[in-house]
Order: sequence, then structure tokens, then C-alpha cells
Amino acid sequence: MPDPKATISFELNGEPATLAFAPHKTLLEVLREDAGLTGTKHGCELGECGTCTVLLDGTPVLSCLLLGLACAGHRVTTVEGMAAGGRLHPLQDAFAELGAAQCGYCTPAFLLAAQALLAVEPRPSRAAIKQALAGNLCRCTGYLKIYEAVELAAARLRGEDATPARETLYGHA
Amino acid sequence: MKPAPFEYHRPGTVEEALAVLARHSGDAKPLAGGQSLIPAMNFRLARPAVLVDLNRIPALAGIRGSADGLRIGAMTRQRAVERDATVARDAPLVAEALPHIAHPQIRTRGTVGGSLAHADPAAELPAVMVALDATFDLVGPRGRRSIAATEFYTGLFTTALAPDELLVEIAIPRPAPRSGSAFVEVARRHGDYALAGVAAVVALDDAGRCRAARIALLSVGDGPVLARKAAQAITGESLTAEAIKGAADAAASQDIDPPGDIHASAAYRRQLVGVLVRRALQRACERARSH
Ligand SMILES: Cc1cc2nc3c(=O)[nH]c(=O)nc-3n(C[C@H](O)[C@H](O)[C@H](O)COP(=O)(O)OP(=O)(O)OC[C@H]3O[C@@H](n4cnc5c(N)ncnc54)[C@H](O)[C@@H]3O)c2cc1C
Ligand code: FES
Ligand code: FES
Repeated sequence: MPDPKATISFELNGEPATLAFAPHKTLLEVLREDAGLTGTKHGCELGECGTCTVLLDGTPVLSCLLLGLACAGHRVTTVEGMAAGGRLHPLQDAFAELGAAQCGYCTPAFLLAAQALLAVEPRPSRAAIKQALAGNLCRCTGYLKIYEAVELAAARLRGEDATPARETLYGHA
Repeated sequence: MKPAPFEYHRPGTVEEALAVLARHSGDAKPLAGGQSLIPAMNFRLARPAVLVDLNRIPALAGIRGSADGLRIGAMTRQRAVERDATVARDAPLVAEALPHIAHPQIRTRGTVGGSLAHADPAAELPAVMVALDATFDLVGPRGRRSIAATEFYTGLFTTALAPDELLVEIAIPRPAPRSGSAFVEVARRHGDYALAGVAAVVALDDAGRCRAARIALLSVGDGPVLARKAAQAITGESLTAEAIKGAADAAASQDIDPPGDIHASAAYRRQLVGVLVRRALQRACERARSH
């Protein structure tokens, strides 16, 4: 017999939401299957890859290792919640501009982890960026473009007129 | 894959949690940060019939400093402990070890009690608590009891916890005067489980000799290993490079019977323990001298 559904109320991407789902589902499954938000990606389900990262009350967590039920009363942000008023978030613009996304499978997670970092540290060092993104794997970019995009977006968010660093995998160009 | 169906409880107090555990004795599991339990459930290596979610029990989380030392609630997040000023001052070994655990996302959810109860032999915190001679407070239907970290670990992924008991608090004694500690490990990549690691605490006497030492090793046995021979080798000695090397050799040759697996051979783990104990003792001594 299928499980009777459980119902929770929480805040999803800035709006109150009430969802009914099988009580043993992880937040990752609830978001993709019950909320129809497929921006959050499904990777290893072991906590290894980070591609399922969402923000719980503003802090990055792995949605594959969190029960949907545990989110009752909390604030969940997915990549779908980053754009505001039809405009992309400066991080999204910077990622697109600099080629920080290639296949894009890791991108929603990197964007959210970076957004959480910039919310508490508007001027992060390269080391702080690396640390904040250490739980996210990318098989395409080699990470440099991602770090640069975070730095560019951070500068723009601070209202500075920024030119992206012209760094390459082989050092400074 | 998806977790198999289970019954879910979210008690607001320790008493309620214990009642649910007692009612489903053996079939129910506490859920802390879920960072070890949920991966196991996703892969159906664990299939608890009942989950008792401890995340809404406020009394279980928090860090308190007192004259005797530090008390850390079992549900305190690893990330919170890592950033806590009292922990950095009164239990610097804990603060030094924490960033070695996985990644920020995992430490944000993962709890101190969950890591200690999970008893992974490669985990940092069990060895740290053994080195610090910490005491764990457990509660169950038969009441509350305290148990030394060293006695808590009984084998591979096994502890003194009964299925109807909860780990509620960890007590870390205040550092002795003229003491220092150090944590070192080797992992393939930062955040991976360590191939070997060492948590060491050294206290000096007035002449600068080693008055007492506790050295705990991780990833080289069924659980955290207290390196008694190494500690014996150095206690009462002047902390020369030679004495430290003697202790490190004792650790590598007498204190452990390390496993070999796809990550590292037994011989390599022995080699690592020799090197890491030496480094940890050197660092701990330097810190003790500067106090
Ligand atoms: C990719 C990845 C990498 C990791 N790397 C490391 C690492 O390098 N080092 C490391 O130490 N850890 C590592 N971890 C594990 C992490 O630290 C976990 O957070 C920790 O092992 C378990 O804590 P938790 O709070 O998540 O507990 P849970 O996963 O919720 O619980 C773990 C077990 O403990 C039991 N339990 C939990 N709390 C209590 C309690 N209060 N009383 C009684 N029983 C309890 C549960 O029933 C369960 O059996 C890693 C995890 C992942 C996913
Ligand atoms: S899917 Fe890989 S960490 Fe969650
Ligand atoms: S862009 Fe392909 S995995 Fe990162």
C-alpha cells in the first residue's frame, strides 16, 4: 500500500508553499517530483558531489541528505528563486559571461553556494571562495572560471565597476 | 535510489524521543544531521522502520563553558562548534580537527553527537574526544549515565549506546596547565575521510618534561585507538626530538594493527602513523611550552 501523503508548509523561493508528498522522500525528490522545480540536480545521493545544494534558511545544505518533512516551517531557496523581477542574479550573469558553466549540471548548486557566501562576505578572498565551494564538484570548467565569476559578481554587487581577471589555467594571461 | 518507507516522529523533548524509541525497540533510529544515516538509507544499506528526528529538541543543542570545562549538546552542528570562540579557547583540539570533516554543506547539518554515535573509525571527532578524555552523557529508560569516550567505543561502528538510549551531551575537561594539543591527518583530498590521523594532548611539568600524554589515532583500527605504548614511552621524559621519535615508533609498531584496503595498505598506514604522531607531538609540545 502506498504511504499516505504528509503535508508541510514552508517558504519556497520567497513564497509560502504547502506541499503533500510521500513522507520518506528527501527534499531533492520533493523539489523535483512534487514541486516541479527541476533546477536542483540529482547526482550521487551520497553527499559527495554537491549538485543538489539548496539554501535552507539561507545556508547551503545537500537536499539529497535532508528529508522533505524536516523543512516544515523553514525557508528553502532553489536556483529558481535567484532571479528577481525577471532579472537574473548578478552571479547568474557573471557565470554566463565568463563561461563558468559548460554542461551546466553543477551550476545551480555553485550559484546558490556562492550566493550564500556573498550574503555574509561581500568581499571574499579567493581562499574563502574555494572553501565555500569545496563541497561542489564540477567535471567541466576546471573551477577557475567559477572562482572568477564569483569575484566578478561580488564586485558588481558592491557597486564596483569590475573587469574580470584574465587568468587562464596556465597562469595569468 | 530512494529511502524505503518509514514511520516518522518529530518529538519536541528528550522524554518524548525516548518514549518512541522504547515503543519501537530495535526498529527505531534517531535522526540527527542525517549526513551519515540518510546516505545509508538512500542506498538502502539502512532501513529503519521508524525514524525519531531529534532536530526539533532545542535542549539537545548548545555549547556551555563552565569551571570544569566545556559541555556540548549532542545536536550542536559541527559548523557551529567550528566557529565557536569558547571552543577555540577551551578545546582548541576540537576546533583544529573540525575543518577536516567533509565540506561546509555537510558540517552545516552534521552534528557532534551524530558523528560520535555513528562511530566511523575514520571519523575525526571520536579520536579527538578520546584524546581529550571526554565523557559522554547517555539517557535511556533506565536513567542517565556518564561514560568515558574510551569506553564508549566497543568495535567497528559499535558503541555502548543501547538501541533505546540517546547520547545527549559531551563533557570536555578544562585543559591542564602547561598543556598543548595538536591534530594532524592525511587524506587524499581535503574533506575526504583520512587514511590516518592523530589527536594528541601533552602536559608538561615544571622542568618541562612530559607529565602526561594522550594520543588517539583514527582510521587505523575498529574505532579510535588510544596509543598507550606511545604515551608510556614519552611520559616522564624530556621532550627531545629523540624521545618524540621513540613515542612515534612505539605508536606505529606496537599500538596498532591497521587494516589494508583500497585506500591504503596496512604498511602505508603504519608509516603514516609514525610520521603523524611525531608531527602531532612536536606541535603539541610547542604549544604547551608557549602557555
Ligand atoms: C560526503 C561525506 C563526507 C564525510 N566526510 C567525513 C569526514 O571526513 N569525517 C567525519 O568524521 N565525518 C564525515 N562525514 C560524516 C559526517 O560528519 C556526519 O555528519 C556524521 O558522521 C553523522 O552525524 P549526523 O549528525 O549527520 O548523524 P546521522 O547521520 O543523523 O546519524 C548517524 C548515526 O548516529 C545515530 N545518532 C545520531 N545522533 C544520535 C544521538 N544523539 N544519540 C544516539 N544515536 C544517535 C543515528 O541513529 C545514526 O545511526 C561525511 C559525510 C558525507 C556525506
Ligand atoms: S546528489 Fe550528490 S551530494 Fe546530493
Ligand atoms: S559545468 Fe559541467 S559539471 Fe560543472
